[in-house]
Amino acid sequence: MGGYHWNWGVFFQQVPSGGATYLDWFVQGVEWTLLVSAAGWAIALALGALLGVLRTVPSRALRGFAAAYVELFRNIPLLVQLFLWYFVVPELLPKALGDAIKGSPPLAQQFVAATLCLGLFTAARVCEQVRAGIESIARGQRAAGLALGLTLPQTYRFVLLPMAFRIILPPLTSEALNIIKNSSVVSTIGLIELSRQAQQLVDYSAQPYEAFIAVTIAYLVINAVVMYAMRWLEHRTRIPGYLVAAK
Amino acid sequence: MSYSFDWSSIPGALPYLWHGARITLEITALAILVGIVWGTVLAVMRLSGHALLAAFAALYVNLFRSVPLLMVILWFFLIVPAALRALFGEGMPDIRLTSAFVAFSLFEAAYYAEIMRAGIQSVPKGQLSSALALGLTRGQAMRLVVLPQAFRNMTPLLLTQAIILFQDTSLVYVIGLADFFGAAYKVGDRDGRIVELLMFAGAAYFVVCFAASLAVRRLHSRVASP
Repeated sequence: MGGYHWNWGVFFQQVPSGGATYLDWFVQGVEWTLLVSAAGWAIALALGALLGVLRTVPSRALRGFAAAYVELFRNIPLLVQLFLWYFVVPELLPKALGDAIKGSPPLAQQFVAATLCLGLFTAARVCEQVRAGIESIARGQRAAGLALGLTLPQTYRFVLLPMAFRIILPPLTSEALNIIKNSSVVSTIGLIELSRQAQQLVDYSAQPYEAFIAVTIAYLVINAVVMYAMRWLEHRTRIPGYLVAAK
Repeated sequence: MSYSFDWSSIPGALPYLWHGARITLEITALAILVGIVWGTVLAVMRLSGHALLAAFAALYVNLFRSVPLLMVILWFFLIVPAALRALFGEGMPDIRLTSAFVAFSLFEAAYYAEIMRAGIQSVPKGQLSSALALGLTRGQAMRLVVLPQAFRNMTPLLLTQAIILFQDTSLVYVIGLADFFGAAYKVGDRDGRIVELLMFAGAAYFVVCFAASLAVRRLHSRVASP
């Protein structure tokens, strides 16, 4: 690779269309990655918590429904799911609604498909963590909640879930990191997030190594920040004397 | 629902789809093989107590696990051709498959390394001590006593990771390689039947992965009870 000309100054050059530097493009890529990941994570947490609860309720039908959801979303590749949301679902909806979707701005279509896809995919994984968390709580807690006169939903809301979420914070951290990494897949439907921005920088600036190194480092930094934030949260929400760290 | 389905383009495309499926299986098989071997080496390095080797293995594993697979595929699509050109000169044949092989093998090794590390740590310490006491060298003890048990304990996890890997191979789409998914997309695009082909591809992946995960679960329940 002796012939390669390194030029880190490329990030301060104007893009061909003008009005922005390559650095601006890069920052936009970071923003889209964070936005899609955060929106998807919100869906995943809410839906995953609900499904995780359903996996543990007495009703056999509800448990079966949640289990079927998990199997469905875990056994189809993320890329295929994304294409199904983006290309197939609008065709299968009632015509008026489908046409309305297809008539909306492309960026809105991409963002909605990407967020829904990442959210519902990750919800299946969050569900399994929540279920494991609830199952790890001593049975007496549920019985005690019910014996105190709480309804079943109240027992979940005030007794089981607050404990379960504290227990599963470490695996939830890796799911949060996963959704950020997985968000790179949405580049395939044309949303210009970080990894797509890397390819675009290569195409326009002809400095592939600088572009790829910068984008890779951006992923590493985002990873590290999320990990430390989650650790801080873990520390903050620890119940003194109860959940002693495993080590 | 206003869409009228037309599945007629699938039967004629089956040979092409099967060709794609073979690429999917080839990448999966090679990445499992190389990934487990290289991953085991990394795990042993990390637990070796040798500071430099352990640091290298930790850096390797953490780096690959912090970066999206899609970026890794693109990286090797960029680097592998340059390296091969340096070795063999210009006029290379299609290198997309080679770069996909390399990317998946090296990427999966990081994940297999973590599984094997847990596997090695799951073997009771006394096993290593007694092997050493019997006069085996450290290498022999690792190879003949610890690793076989680690593999056995970790078989369900190794297989689960293989199912994930099988699904992830669909990402070679980004370098334009026609694996099973890429082939399905191309056929759908060509015939204007993207809806049918994507649903077909999704169903095919689901059937294979669901069956495989049921089999793994069954194996797990058999292995788990001592």
